Amino acid sequence: MSTAVVDPAQATRLRRHYRRRHLLSRTALYTAAVLAALVCAGPFGYGAITALKLNADLYDASNNPFVFNEPATLDHVVFLFTDTAFATFVWNTMWVGLLVVAITLALAVPAAYALTRLDRPWAGPMGIAIFFVYLVPPTLLFLSLSRLVVATGLQDSTWSLVLIYPTITIPVSTWLLIGFLKALPRDIEEQAMVDGYSRLGAFTRTVVPLLFPGVVAIVVFAFTLVASEFIYALAFVSPSSEKVVSTGVPTELIRGDVFFWQSLQAAGVLIAVPIALLFNLLLARFISGFTQGAVKG
Amino acid sequence: MTVAVEVRDLHKSFDRGRVHAINGVDLATGEGEYLVLLGPSGCGKTTLLRIIAGLEQPSAGEVLIGGSVVNGLPPRVRKIAMVFQSYALYPHKTVLGNIVFPLKAQRLDNGQRPDKAQRRSKAEWSAELLGISHLLDRKPRQLSGGERQRVALARALVRDPQVFLLDEPLSNLDAKLRATARDELRRFQQRVGTTTVYVTHDQAEAMGLGDRIAVMDAGTVRQLGPPAEVYDDPADTFVATFIGSPPMNLVPRDGVFVGFRPEHLLPPEYVSGARITVPFEVERIEYLSGDRHAYGSVSRLGEQTRVVARLPATVTTPLAGGQTHEFAVATRRLCFFDASSGLRTDPVAVGA
Amino acid sequence: MSSRATAPQGSPLRQLADREGFLAWAMLLPAVVYIVLVVAVPFGLAVAFAFSDVTAGDPSYDWVGLRNFARIFEDPVFWKALGNTFVFTAVSMALIIVLGKVLANILVADFHGKWVVRFLVLLPWTTPVALSTVAWLWLYDSVYSPIDWVLRNLGLIENHLYFLGRPELATASVIAVHVWRLVPLAAVIMMVGLLGIPTDVQDAAKVDGVGFWRRMFEVTIPLTMPLIAVAALFGAIFTFTDMAVVYILTRGGPTNSTQVLSSWAFIVGIEGGDIGQGAAIALFLFPLLLAAAVLILRAVRKIEVF
Ligand SMILES: Nc1ncnc2c1ncn2[C@@H]1O[C@H](COP(=O)(O)OP(=O)(O)OP(=O)(O)O)[C@@H](O)[C@H]1O
Ligand SMILES: [Mg+2]
Repeated sequence: MSTAVVDPAQATRLRRHYRRRHLLSRTALYTAAVLAALVCAGPFGYGAITALKLNADLYDASNNPFVFNEPATLDHVVFLFTDTAFATFVWNTMWVGLLVVAITLALAVPAAYALTRLDRPWAGPMGIAIFFVYLVPPTLLFLSLSRLVVATGLQDSTWSLVLIYPTITIPVSTWLLIGFLKALPRDIEEQAMVDGYSRLGAFTRTVVPLLFPGVVAIVVFAFTLVASEFIYALAFVSPSSEKVVSTGVPTELIRGDVFFWQSLQAAGVLIAVPIALLFNLLLARFISGFTQGAVKG
Repeated sequence: MTVAVEVRDLHKSFDRGRVHAINGVDLATGEGEYLVLLGPSGCGKTTLLRIIAGLEQPSAGEVLIGGSVVNGLPPRVRKIAMVFQSYALYPHKTVLGNIVFPLKAQRLDNGQRPDKAQRRSKAEWSAELLGISHLLDRKPRQLSGGERQRVALARALVRDPQVFLLDEPLSNLDAKLRATARDELRRFQQRVGTTTVYVTHDQAEAMGLGDRIAVMDAGTVRQLGPPAEVYDDPADTFVATFIGSPPMNLVPRDGVFVGFRPEHLLPPEYVSGARITVPFEVERIEYLSGDRHAYGSVSRLGEQTRVVARLPATVTTPLAGGQTHEFAVATRRLCFFDASSGLRTDPVAVGA
Repeated sequence: MSSRATAPQGSPLRQLADREGFLAWAMLLPAVVYIVLVVAVPFGLAVAFAFSDVTAGDPSYDWVGLRNFARIFEDPVFWKALGNTFVFTAVSMALIIVLGKVLANILVADFHGKWVVRFLVLLPWTTPVALSTVAWLWLYDSVYSPIDWVLRNLGLIENHLYFLGRPELATASVIAVHVWRLVPLAAVIMMVGLLGIPTDVQDAAKVDGVGFWRRMFEVTIPLTMPLIAVAALFGAIFTFTDMAVVYILTRGGPTNSTQVLSSWAFIVGIEGGDIGQGAAIALFLFPLLLAAAVLILRAVRKIEVF
């Protein structure tokens, strides 16, 4: 006669207990997920409602702010494009971002390769030095960099940002790329060298293509950093035709004490959604790249 | 104390029914039995084991441990222990920490948790049993594959489980170590007498370890029986060709396959009793640790078919490639399979 | 292939392409030169400015010794900013780690609508900080704040709260925005750690009868410690050096009660034109960052060697 793990009556009770627990944990999970989504996206959701409101609706403190008490209107969104330089800000952010990302990759990929694969004794300390460069905050540098910008004659030009922004992106990108490279098996490039390619040839023909997923992650990450930067953009560029989104929107749509609230919110939502979508599409790849880099280290 | 494990009409699909990993498995172990699940890669062995452990919920069917249905119960109340293919040792804990860990979560019969001294002595007992007492302070990464496997076993043992579930625990070891570890594993199980379900895709392991073998393919059990039965009396062509090396020869004939093991195709003088003689056109001969494997084709039994004959060292008949010899198979050694379903059928009259 | 393989010595260029010592420098040099020119030199310059009387109007360099430091030390706003920088960073970092861990656990779980939740949850971090802060500015509005409206309609408060008008509330508001903005980043980094734990190890703990909490504290957290530390590092650095949130939300007000080192350096150095003093204020960020970074790097190292 076998001794039951649990006798049938007890099993039924336990089953009920665990089913209830399972149900409870699922409920908790869904509640937490919805709550997290609400808290994270709430300001933008509320911004979207605000953006479509009439002034009469918005500026009445007794109105329920979450619903349309008057008909919705697109006027303030149109205003954003017709009466402000918003489109220019977006365009400036785009080309600055792309140029900076290109410069970053051109400098960081070879640097990371040199630091991980070409066994030099100074590679370790150099890697840490680059990591520390990342820690030098814009707040510390913008005063002296503003001198540099003046010296190069780029003051009040978007090009000054192209010159300066790689200081933010190169250190992080190199750091992440070092992680990605450590995860790539050495055999593959050694195979290429055995097959007759030079060290450099092996790098360009095997390492660079294999690094592609990591590079995509870095492109997105670097672009977000550039788009978010505020201090340099505020300190170096003041004509509105040269501004980028992150400074243009808060400075040009807040004129003295006048806040163009609806247009401000519209600008926020219009910028936030596409970037987040792009990021979300690449999140899986970003994570796989980051995992290889960070976990296997 | 040992109990039996049973699954009834078990089904499991993944990806919203797109992948069917288990398709109706019925299986029952005896108490204290050593049951081996044997099958090719991807046939659902691990999935079956994980369902028994409670790590996956079946799509349909029941799992019984010790006679009561445990569906819907989490692994922790099933009193099972599992050794994973990768051993799944906690890399940040020492060997002792690994072995002690399950005890920290355990409740004794009196409802209390074991105190530190109790835990330690239990862990030392189990480490002693597996001969790893000298390794207790090491971290898993400082151990060899064989030592890791023993740590995983010690960790499984320490909770006095009623069932052991082992998922290819030897596949990470080199061939030599695997043979000794297999032997140790078997002796260890005989000592503790716990019901064990052992997964492998290595037929030598299955033959050597199992009280019974369940041969699986594509989510179903093709045959369940003691090693000798599965070998001598395969239930279908899949089992016949999956087990044995070289596998069983199958000769097509009028809607059936006539099957016989390579070692049963011999020169007539070595076959006693009722037999059937066949012309064997030898193409090539290989010597393998004393045996001779003769590759060629036979006719008369059915269509002309390429087969292998395995001749033990005691058979001294001279053979050479390119010649045709008269060979024979004992009639009782023949198995017949339906050509369309692959299942065993009644013998048909063959031969001259 | 044969010509390539058999040529004993190729052209001089090909020889260079095989010399590791040369290659290492050639590949590293552009990045190093750029960083030296645009980070190291300005950094040195910033240190030099801190000991000078350079202003926006008079860029000529005169050594003034420690006068700038003496001046900023006399100014209570500096001490307030220094204290705030620490408080903001410490409180946000603690909240970011805890909430980030919770969010990471949500993001790795399996549920319907996961994609949408991931997208929404990423918004705070991927949106340029200036824009998301503007969205919060509207939520904190003195008259039209919806948070206010809800509280008033629930009968919890009588009058407007003036989130950004009262020192304690303004402090809490700034911290809330930092936490909101950085929790998703921390969660994604910690999620990477969680996904990196072999499923077998998690399953082994389940089979061993280990419950949810013990599994979390004795298995997942120790195993993901390096990435938790990385997440903490990012969170701390971003809060510590940020000025956009403070600058847009409160401009350091009311009466400098939410001033941090970054915003104070900006206000003194760029808006007030006193580059020397601004540089001296900003300089205080560096040793603190360095210390934090060394500590965290060391923690990561220690844990990675299991
Ligand atoms: N979580 C899952 N999601 C989708 N498909 C799965 C999942 N787990 C297993 N499968 C599929 O189910 C089938 C059986 O897998 P299982 O791991 O049980 O095979 P196995 O017999 O253990 O193979 P192996 O000997 O290679 O370990 C496979 O086809 C596999 O792809
Ligand atoms: Mg398996």
